Amino acid sequence: MDDKFLFALGMVAVMAVVTYAIRVTPFVFFRKKITSRFVKSFLYYVPYSVLIAMTFPSVLTVTGNVITSVVGTAVAIIASLNKKSMMVVVAVLAVISILVAEGILILI
Amino acid sequence: MKYNVNLQNFKRGVKDAFPVGLAYVAVSFAIGVSAVGMGLNGFITTLMAATNMASAGQQAGVLLILAGSTIIELIVTQLVVNARYFLMSLSLSQRLDPKVTTLERCLVAVGVTDEIFAVSVTNNRGYISKWYLLGAEFTAWFSWTFGTFLGVIMGDILPDLVVRALSIGIFAMFISIVFSAVFNHPKILPVIALSAVLSCVIYYVPQLDALSDLSCVICGVVASIFGAIFFPIKENSDESDSAENESLEAEQSDCLEVQNGR
Repeated sequence: MDDKFLFALGMVAVMAVVTYAIRVTPFVFFRKKITSRFVKSFLYYVPYSVLIAMTFPSVLTVTGNVITSVVGTAVAIIASLNKKSMMVVVAVLAVISILVAEGILILI
Repeated sequence: MKYNVNLQNFKRGVKDAFPVGLAYVAVSFAIGVSAVGMGLNGFITTLMAATNMASAGQQAGVLLILAGSTIIELIVTQLVVNARYFLMSLSLSQRLDPKVTTLERCLVAVGVTDEIFAVSVTNNRGYISKWYLLGAEFTAWFSWTFGTFLGVIMGDILPDLVVRALSIGIFAMFISIVFSAVFNHPKILPVIALSAVLSCVIYYVPQLDALSDLSCVICGVVASIFGAIFFPIKENSDESDSAENESLEAEQSDCLEVQNGR
C-alpha cells in the first residue's frame, strides 16, 4: 500500500465520479433539445477527433517497433473501411498482422 | 404479469448486447494486458474498468496516472474524452418513459457506452424500457470487467511478443469506430485529418511538450470547431427528435450493423 498505489486509487475514483457525472447529468437535468447548428456539429465531431488524436501518433510506435506498428495500424484501417467489419474482427486482425510482421522480421 | 414483462425486457437487453459483450471481452483483455505492461497495478486496472467502463477515458487515465499528472488535468481530459457519453445520455433520456423516476434514471446512466447506445436505439421503437437498458448495460459491464481481469492475470504468462501485439487492441477499437463511420459520413475525414496532424505536431515539436498531457483535448476541440465551421452537419427537419441525436443514431446504427455483422 505505497504512495503510488494510493495516488492511482484516488485518480481512479476521480475518473469514475467525472465519467458518471457526464452520463447522469443529461438523464436528470437536461431534457431540453439543443438547437444551435454550430453546437450540434461541434458535438458531433468531438468523439471522432478525440479518438483520432489519442490514436495518432502513439499507435505508430505502440509495439516498440515502427514497422510492425505501422503494419498493424494499416491493417486496422483497411479492415474498418468495410461496412460489415466488426470491431472484434478489426482488433484481432491488427494483432495477428503484428505477430506475422514480427515473425517475418525475426526470420530476415 | 408486470414482472414477466420486465424480465422479458431485461432478457431482450442481454440478448441484444451479447455481440457487444464478446467484442468487449476481446478489447478489454488487450487493455488489461497493455495497462499492466505499461506498469499500472493489476487491481487498479480492473477497478478502473469496473468503475469507468470508458475505453478512451481509461486509456487517457492510465497515461495520466503513470505520468503522475495533476487532478485538474485528469478532470479536464475525462470531461472532453468522455463528452460523447453526454450526447448519448441526452438522446437516451428522451427515449425513456417520463414515468421513470429520477433514481431509476441515475441507475440507467451508469452503463451508457457507444455500443450500448447503438444497440438500444436501433432495436427499440418509441420508449425504451429501463429494464432493457439495464439488461444490455449489465451484459456490457460484466464483459468489460471480466475481460480486463483476464488480461491482468494473463499478462504475466503471455510471451512478450504477444503482449506487444495486444497493445494495439484499444487503438484498433478507436480506428474501427472512426473509420467505419467515415464510410457513410465522408465529412468526418478532413476533421480527423486535422486532429491527427495537430496531435503529431504537439507530440514531435519539443517546444510544445507542456501541452502533451492535454493533447487529445486540444486537438479534439480545435478540430471539432474547424468541422463545425466548415463542415456543419445537416439540419434535420424531424422535430420529434433532436438532429444531433438523429445523426448520431444513424451513425450508431452503422456501428450496430458492424456489431451484428449484418
